[in-house]
Parts: sequence; C-alpha cells; structure tokens
Amino acid sequence: MQGVLGILERLDRRWVFLAMALAVAGPILVMGITRKTLPETPTDASRAVFQAVQSLPRGSTVLLSFDFDPGSAGELEPMGVSMARQCALCGHKMVFISLWPLGGQMIDQTIKKVLRADFPHLQDGVDYVNLGFQAGNEQVMRVVLTDFKRAFPTTKSGRATADLPILSGIQRVGDFALLAEVSAGYPGSKEWVQYVVSASGGKLPMVSGCTGVQTPQLYPYFPGQIRGLLGAIKGAAEYESLINAWVLDPANAAEIASTGADVGVSAVIPPKYLEAQRRMGPQLGAHLLMVVLILLGNVVYLAQRRSQRRAAA
Amino acid sequence: MSTGPRSSAVVVWAVIVLAVAAVVGLRIGLGDGMARAYAERVEMRVTVQDSESPNGERVVEWVEWKSVSPAAFLLASRETPSQDRVQLSAAYTVGLWVAALLTLAIFSFLYRDNPAYRLAEAIVIGVSAAYWGVIGVWDSIVPKLGGALAHGWTTAYILPNLPEPTAQSQVGMGIALAFGVLLLLRLVPAVGGISVWTMAFIVGITAGAKIVSHVESDLLAQTVATMQPLVQPVDGTLWNVATVWASLPNVLVVIGVLCCLTYFFFSVEHKGVVGGAARVGIMYLMITFGAAFGFTVMGRVALLSQRVEFLLDDWLWLIDPLERRLVDGVSMIVGTGGIW
Repeated sequence: MQGVLGILERLDRRWVFLAMALAVAGPILVMGITRKTLPETPTDASRAVFQAVQSLPRGSTVLLSFDFDPGSAGELEPMGVSMARQCALCGHKMVFISLWPLGGQMIDQTIKKVLRADFPHLQDGVDYVNLGFQAGNEQVMRVVLTDFKRAFPTTKSGRATADLPILSGIQRVGDFALLAEVSAGYPGSKEWVQYVVSASGGKLPMVSGCTGVQTPQLYPYFPGQIRGLLGAIKGAAEYESLINAWVLDPANAAEIASTGADVGVSAVIPPKYLEAQRRMGPQLGAHLLMVVLILLGNVVYLAQRRSQRRAAA
Repeated sequence: MSTGPRSSAVVVWAVIVLAVAAVVGLRIGLGDGMARAYAERVEMRVTVQDSESPNGERVVEWVEWKSVSPAAFLLASRETPSQDRVQLSAAYTVGLWVAALLTLAIFSFLYRDNPAYRLAEAIVIGVSAAYWGVIGVWDSIVPKLGGALAHGWTTAYILPNLPEPTAQSQVGMGIALAFGVLLLLRLVPAVGGISVWTMAFIVGITAGAKIVSHVESDLLAQTVATMQPLVQPVDGTLWNVATVWASLPNVLVVIGVLCCLTYFFFSVEHKGVVGGAARVGIMYLMITFGAAFGFTVMGRVALLSQRVEFLLDDWLWLIDPLERRLVDGVSMIVGTGGIW
C-alpha cells in the first residue's frame, strides 16, 4: 500500500507509545496548571455506595478493608480516601484492616491524609483504629465470622484489641454496620462475598471499590450481594463528586458541623479530594486515542484485504 | 537502503530523549529548581515501665524525621527564617530521585530491552522478595507460631502485647509446624516424598473450604438473582415506556444466561434454534470481553497517569495540583525569591 495507509501499515509501535504518553501527559499538565476537573454523572452503582454509608445511623461502626498496595494505588487510593472521608463526615466509627501486606501502610497514609489533617478531633482507638495487615487470606475471613478479635489480637502499632473502646460492641464481623472493601485482587471483594457476606446470610451489607480488571467479575454480585460498587477510577471519580456535592450543599452544613468537622463546608473542595476526578482527564485523552487507533487499524485492515483481493484477481 | 527509515527513526527518538534530558537540565538550573523533599523534626517522648528505676518508670526520648511537603518548609521559613525544624532531607530527596529514575528506566522498555530496564526489574524483584520474606517472619512466624508455641519468650523479647494462646491454637500451630517441616523435607532427596502429605493436606483443605462458599455465593445466589420477574410494572401500568425500560434489564439478563449456556452445551449440534441461540450467546460473550478489555484499559491508564503525575509534580515541579508548594508551576520556573 502507498501513501498514508502505507505509512500506517508500517508504523513502528513505538510511535503509538509516544502518542499515548502525550495523550496522558497533556491533560495532566493542563489540569495540573488550571486545577480544573471534568464533570461527572454518577451511575446507580456509585450512588448506592454513597447511600449505603449515608443511610447508617450516626456512630455506626464501619469495617474498612484496604486490600491493595502501591501497585494499584493510582486507581484505589482515591476510593479509600473518599470512603474514610464520608464515614468521618457522617460521624461513623472506622475500623481499618488489610489482608494485603502493604495495606497497613496504605491505611496509615489515608488516616494521615484525611482523619489527622481534617478531623483532628477524632481519637485513635475510640473513633478509628488501624488493625493493619493480617496474614491468612480466607482463613482470616473465616475467623472474623465468629471471633473478630482473635483474628486481629493487636492493632498495627501493637496495642491489644481486647480492651479497645472502638471494638467494645464487636464480637464478630456481623456486628459491624457495613463492610467497605477496597480491592485490588486476591484476596479481595470476591472472597469477602464468598466467605463472609454469603455466610452471614446477607445480614452484613457490603460495598466495594475495585480495580478495572476486577469490575466485570464483581458486577454480577451487584446489587444483591454487594450493595454498591465503584468500578475503576471512573467509579472513584463519581463517588468523589457525590461526596463533594453533598459537602458543598449549604443544606448539609449544620449536619457536617455537628460531627465536629470544619472542612470544605463553605469554601472550595481541597485538591486532595479531587484526585480521582483529576485523573479522568488523562482517561479521556487516552480513550480518545484508543478509539482513533482502533478505527485506523480497521481502515488499514480493510484496505489491506482489498489490495490482497485485487492482487489475487 | 532498507535501513533508511530505521536510522531516521533512531535519530527522531534520540532527539526526543535529548529533549527530555534538556527539560530536566533546565528545570534543575531554572527558577526554584526541582525534586527536593523536606522533613520535619518531631521530638518523641514516652514513659515506660522500668523495674530498676526508683519510681518504677522512666522517660524515653528520641527524634523522628517525618516527611512533609515543600509548602511546610516555605511556611516555616517565612515565619522564622533561621528555623531548623523543617529541613531539606537528603534521604527523602535521594529516594525521590531514585523513584523517578527507576520509573524512567521501566518506561525505557517501550523503546527496546536495555540494561537500565533490566536493572530496575531486578531491583523490583529483589525488593519484593525481601519484603515478602520479612512479612512472612514478622506477620506469620513470630506472632502466630511463636505466639502459640513459645508465648513467654515471644512476648518477653519480641511482641509484648500478644494474647495468651488457647490450647486449641497451640495444637493447631503444632500441627502446622509439623506439616511445615514435612514440606521442607523436599530438600532431602532420601525422604523428599513425604512432603506430598503437606501438599495433599493443603489441596484437600482448600477444595473443601472453597466448594461450599462457591456453591452458596456463585451458584445459588446467582441463580436466585437471575430469577427476577421479566415484567417490572411502573405505576401499575404494563404498557408504557417506563415499564418497558424497567423490564429490559431483566429480559436481557435471562436471554443472555440461556443463550450463553446454550453455547457451552455441546451435546446437541449447533443448528437451527440451538445454533441461533448459541450465536446470540457468542455475542453476549464478546460484549462481556469488550467490557472487560475496556475496564482493563481504564485501569492501566490510571496507573500510567499516576506515574506521569509523579514525574511532572513531585519530580519536575511543573505542576502542583495538590498545592504542596503553594506556588504554581510557572512561578517555580521563573523563581519565587530564593526561599527554597
């Protein structure tokens, strides 16, 4: 083939890599300088996560399992941050655990970024606690079904959980008002559904935020076994926008203030709570490029087939 | 002549690499520079029990350096120019540069395999293996095995807050230790065969534990979720757009399940009605794979954008979306008066 189609047919794949780098870096630069984000229209699955946290009575104890590590933090950290933030804004107590070795550090980062920075009145051990990583995967899930403190005998910092105020009413995992899971793979949301939610007979409501790779595997569980689902960075951005809209609504100012929080009610949203929405810019650039590349690939393929038929004739 | 396009491509890529190097060089020399990390000195003070002390306790003091944003240094320096509470951290700065250079080394594989990529890959594998080793010792062997079988020694010298083990956990850990030793006998060729007992135990336990939960959550619950009323009347009316729209998902789910099952039913030849249903099943499968591919692309792009954001923000100081430097990228390039 000659001309443009010929050039496309012989195009070195590295030009595609370069184009992808520019498609991702361009929006990051623009959004980083202008500090603007794209508008989001939340789906039912994201709204359900927001509603599941929102509808709990104030003071409920929520179990947050951060089953991810820095390898998937780009997608999942904004979900974890938003879940912790919404729980704090609603006055819920938070028990953080992880079945991934580096999850304990991801929890520490979230506590530092959200709770210590914007909710300094919350006390470690009373309003929230980081129980850190526990080895054993599904075996841990089986143990928490009957005896939560046996699976997590100490906090991440080494304090015994037996006399921890936040766990005073907790005997088993079913005593939590909600299980909020952030999942990067195995063990993760699928295992929590299989070993805990099913075993509790649907009494323990669960919401999940997961990577893009996992999302299609988890959609069959929604809305039955998983009450709400955040799929990939898009789900994180939708959830973030729902919380931000709620925080900025003057009608909710009194409710937020009554929890002791003094953040973002009347002013602009802090940039750390726009991380997922900001990452939708590069998504747009990359996906547009992908669409163009798929179209061009098909055009080249059809032209190639046509020229082969002509040559055969 | 066939090397012409290839050599010109090499020239173009060399220009791109030099351009990136020039940007980095300029950022180092221009304005307020780039890629520096700061730390805050925090005085720690804890009272601990000490039987040798006259009042039964003593105070332990030490200093910790905690990572803070450049903005914290800026604010502290504006307040007290001679302050030394927040300082440039050599260790954190070196870590920042190592992270940036390793990121670029990994990306360099997109051009071709090279020593920089192989070095970065080897570091990732080595660090991961070492980390998993440490995790295995400190999160499994010490608290679980040591806490159950040598509780007194473990709490006295390693982890003081471990709860008293029950007789049940001691027996369980004793069995686990025995199976672990059997597994290690693979290293002894004469009795290596005995290690299959452990493997048999692991396979049996895993299968037994998984089959119940899979049947319950993936077979029964999913079957129940599929058996939904096909018609979902809205406002008690059967024939309106809202009812059709509300009923459509259930109808599509039932058709999809039946057609996909038909596609995987090989006892009947795929002809006629069965063949038609199987073809619809293939379409459903293709749409599923397409959605899965789309979500995977989204996930990978999110990871890529995080690394690019790290390079442009933390390393090059070209953008400041999290307001960690309190000045915009342009000011950083032009210079803000030498406080950095």
